[in-house]
Amino acid sequence: MYGQYKTIDEANRAVIDKVVSSAPFLVDVVPAKSVIQELNGKVLLHAGPPIKWENMTSPMQGSCVGATLFEGWASNADDAFKMLENGEIEFIPCHHVNAVGPMGGITSGSMPVLVVENRDGGNKAYCTMNEGIGAVLRFGAYSEDVINRLGWFRDVLGPVISKALKVKGDGLNVNVAMAKAITMGDEFHQRNIAGSLIFLKDIVPYILQTDADEKDKQDVIQFLADTDQFFLNIAMATTKAVMDTAREIQHGTVVTAMCRNGHEFGIRIAGMGDQWFTAPVNTPQGLFFTGYDQDMACPDMGDSAITETFGVGGFAMIAAPGVTRFVGAGGMDDAVTTSNDMMEICIDHNPNFSIPTWDFKGSTLGIDARKVVETGIEPIINTGIAHREAGVGQIGAGTVRAPIACFEKAIDAYAVKLGLIDPQ
Amino acid sequence: MLYTIVKQNSYQDSVNLMLLTNKISTMEDINKVQIMMGTPANKDILKAAGLYTDELEGAASNDMCIVVDTDSEEKIQEVLDETDNYLNNQAISAGKEAFETVRSWDKATNALPGANLAIISTPGQYAAEEAEKAIDRDMHVLIFSDNVTVEDERRIKEKAHEKGLLVMGPDCGTAVVSGVPLAFANVMKTGKIGVIGASGTGIQEVTTEIDRLGAGVSHAIGTGGRDLNDKIGAITMLDGIKALAQHSQTEVITLISKPPAKEVRDEVVQLLQSISKPVVAIFLGEEPHNHEGNVYYANTLEETAAIAVDLVKGNPIKSNYNTLQGEVPAVNLKPEQKTIKGLYSGGTLGYEAATLISRGLNYDNTGEHEEGYLLNANGFEVIDLGDDIYTQGKPHPMIDPDTRIQYFQKAAQDESTAIILFDLVLGYGSHEDMAGALIPGIEKIQKETKAKGKEIYFVATVCGTDQDPQGIDEQKAKLEKAGVILRDSNNQAVLTSLAMLDIQIEEVQKEVVATKETATAEITVSEAIQKLLTEKPNVVNVGLKKFTEAITANGGRVVQYDWRPVAGGNPRMRQVLSVLR
Repeated sequence: MYGQYKTIDEANRAVIDKVVSSAPFLVDVVPAKSVIQELNGKVLLHAGPPIKWENMTSPMQGSCVGATLFEGWASNADDAFKMLENGEIEFIPCHHVNAVGPMGGITSGSMPVLVVENRDGGNKAYCTMNEGIGAVLRFGAYSEDVINRLGWFRDVLGPVISKALKVKGDGLNVNVAMAKAITMGDEFHQRNIAGSLIFLKDIVPYILQTDADEKDKQDVIQFLADTDQFFLNIAMATTKAVMDTAREIQHGTVVTAMCRNGHEFGIRIAGMGDQWFTAPVNTPQGLFFTGYDQDMACPDMGDSAITETFGVGGFAMIAAPGVTRFVGAGGMDDAVTTSNDMMEICIDHNPNFSIPTWDFKGSTLGIDARKVVETGIEPIINTGIAHREAGVGQIGAGTVRAPIACFEKAIDAYAVKLGLIDPQ
Repeated sequence: MLYTIVKQNSYQDSVNLMLLTNKISTMEDINKVQIMMGTPANKDILKAAGLYTDELEGAASNDMCIVVDTDSEEKIQEVLDETDNYLNNQAISAGKEAFETVRSWDKATNALPGANLAIISTPGQYAAEEAEKAIDRDMHVLIFSDNVTVEDERRIKEKAHEKGLLVMGPDCGTAVVSGVPLAFANVMKTGKIGVIGASGTGIQEVTTEIDRLGAGVSHAIGTGGRDLNDKIGAITMLDGIKALAQHSQTEVITLISKPPAKEVRDEVVQLLQSISKPVVAIFLGEEPHNHEGNVYYANTLEETAAIAVDLVKGNPIKSNYNTLQGEVPAVNLKPEQKTIKGLYSGGTLGYEAATLISRGLNYDNTGEHEEGYLLNANGFEVIDLGDDIYTQGKPHPMIDPDTRIQYFQKAAQDESTAIILFDLVLGYGSHEDMAGALIPGIEKIQKETKAKGKEIYFVATVCGTDQDPQGIDEQKAKLEKAGVILRDSNNQAVLTSLAMLDIQIEEVQKEVVATKETATAEITVSEAIQKLLTEKPNVVNVGLKKFTEAITANGGRVVQYDWRPVAGGNPRMRQVLSVLR
């Protein structure tokens, strides 16, 4: 019934063993359309499960406008809106093409993407590069500055890092960077300062050896030094690559993806392959920058919950004392409680990522959808909070829960698929 | 000889690796060991230590290098296994006393690996399921919850019995295991009297009385009220008696029960007579006339405790322990004031009061009662305010004073009422100051009746010990100050109340008669039950959090399981989960 596995528990164990044995390496930065065939037409990738234009949040629509302008498909925002409303541009979820995207997750063919290869499975995953804070595309901004920055990414940042990685030769071992960074207070969703620093430390010697223009090298290094969350997108591509290898085992109840499109939250479980199980998203709760409040918060968006799927992010709250207050948790005790609660719905600890502040227990490993339903503990996700209007950008940070209905639908469907229960 | 293992791309913090090196170096037949990441600096250290090998040449900074100097090659696999084991289990046991809170059985047993007892206080409909989960994990169970069906109770108890486990309950309100009070329980001296009972306040009254008389209790095992029902067949009672019979520190066994079904009773008594220890038994409501062999039958809870204490102290056994003690307070009553209203929070205490008052009145109280009454005859009433019909949507009267005060007032309005008789049960779980909570109500009634030119007397017993969190002396002092007439036992409180109305109870004198020769039974007790009776329990507390306090305060270890219904009680999801096991 469960393939080569005798029980669901055995199948689940096989899935999480794949997570533990993963060997993800950052190998390159390339134009998205060079690795994602679908992006060679008028196509945009978006975060979360499939969504129609009319159901997109304002920030996600703003991102689409920005990408449309960046690709030169329209010369002004009004025309871009018209094209999008008229259905002239096709939408595909990032997850359907081995990619993940933060917040709106809007990715177009000319944008450079990080390439992470999981050498354990041989597969690759892609993610755009972090734009920093303020007016940025992922939060729905499409001003000239935003489009110009994307151009610099395409022409300078991407190619320079790509060259540096070629000098390095065999890629950067991301597990090693993450194992170090988690002991330095990162949880890889809300906080990536240590990871970004490690990346900077690892990549700069190679950047300096490239034949890139000196000014470009200087600008790239400065940008990386300034961008605390740069590593988030590396972590996202990494965790996507790892979870995609793991989900080659199409049995059991381990959650292999969690993502949100601002309209619906979607999950996948190993035993149901590519199928999405969705429910309306929640709106994140948290702390807001001066001048903003909860009423302005946009419903939950982004593929970044792939980090929680992997066992970091909100699940590793205890690893990141620096952000516990920022994300609305009360302090160390609440952080411990949060991680302990998440352990209730997970199968094991991941020995690769030992967390000092958690008595050196490893990060959580393998969300079991059955346990989520059984205990009623909804996975917690650390997240940035977007303004509900496009272009304002990030207005705060906090946490949000994955709706339990997704998990109920998933295990119900799995039990039906196995013939263990009649459809409802 | 030097052996080298390079684990590629396996980064660990240097502190972890130093700790691991220390651990491996303590293994037998290991001359030297060093585990480091393969950085150039570390390779230099290995060279200096004479542990450098050619295999290290190719090791990179992200590779873990294990170099072992040993004479036996087969040690290498052991080192590798130990390394993996260490790296997979880096959790530090902090050894904190404070308990952990979990949300599932798996986490509970992880948090407290030696857990051998579960206290279940979930809503009744879920209690059987949770009890079975505990039994599946080789734990004894105390089911505090009520509303478990007889069928479920039998199934659970049979399953536990098969596995050599003990099920206390359902509806087991109290127990004391190896000095650790469980659920609603009193704190008492540890001693040589083992108690087993099918009644909560019956156990509390007997054990606190034993404590007051200067002896101590080894264990108090609750069986749940239905255990001696013919549908259950005393599964827990029989296993419990055997366990106490075999427990070397227990010298006297005390059994408390309502009268069981005939065949069940015969089986229990036969077992009692086949063990070598003296036994005191009370079948509440019966009037025993003799002791039989090693089994002494008591007529009241007070007598039960007194016989047990004399047995354990080696004193001769008197033929009657039930005589009224202390002076009978003088009373000033109107002619119409002729009755006692017993308003109890402890069911068995109320039951005993009803039995004794009926005897005093020569009233046959064996028939069916009006719902909620333990006795209702000629204006004499005894009510168990802890009965379901009084606790619907209200807290139990051991926790909340309101229902009791309300019934005090109702009793005071009855012209025939001379005496209001009540109990006050102390211990973990009970109200922190019930005396203080009841006194305003009592004083109000006293004031109102005085204004009418008459007196109503309050007579009470406090069931507790001086080690209880409330402190029995403090509680008694408060009640006495308010004019409540206090007696040390429920029996004495009832006898005093009756005597105040000039009613006496004729007590039989009991003699020891020999029994038929009974073969000494072969008693076998499972290891799990033996362990329960010899060590402080490690408890998974499923449900009511306040039960943790008594356990941690008395040397037990506990993990709190914040229980919620599986899948929020969604029936479809429960079904899906059960097929996806």
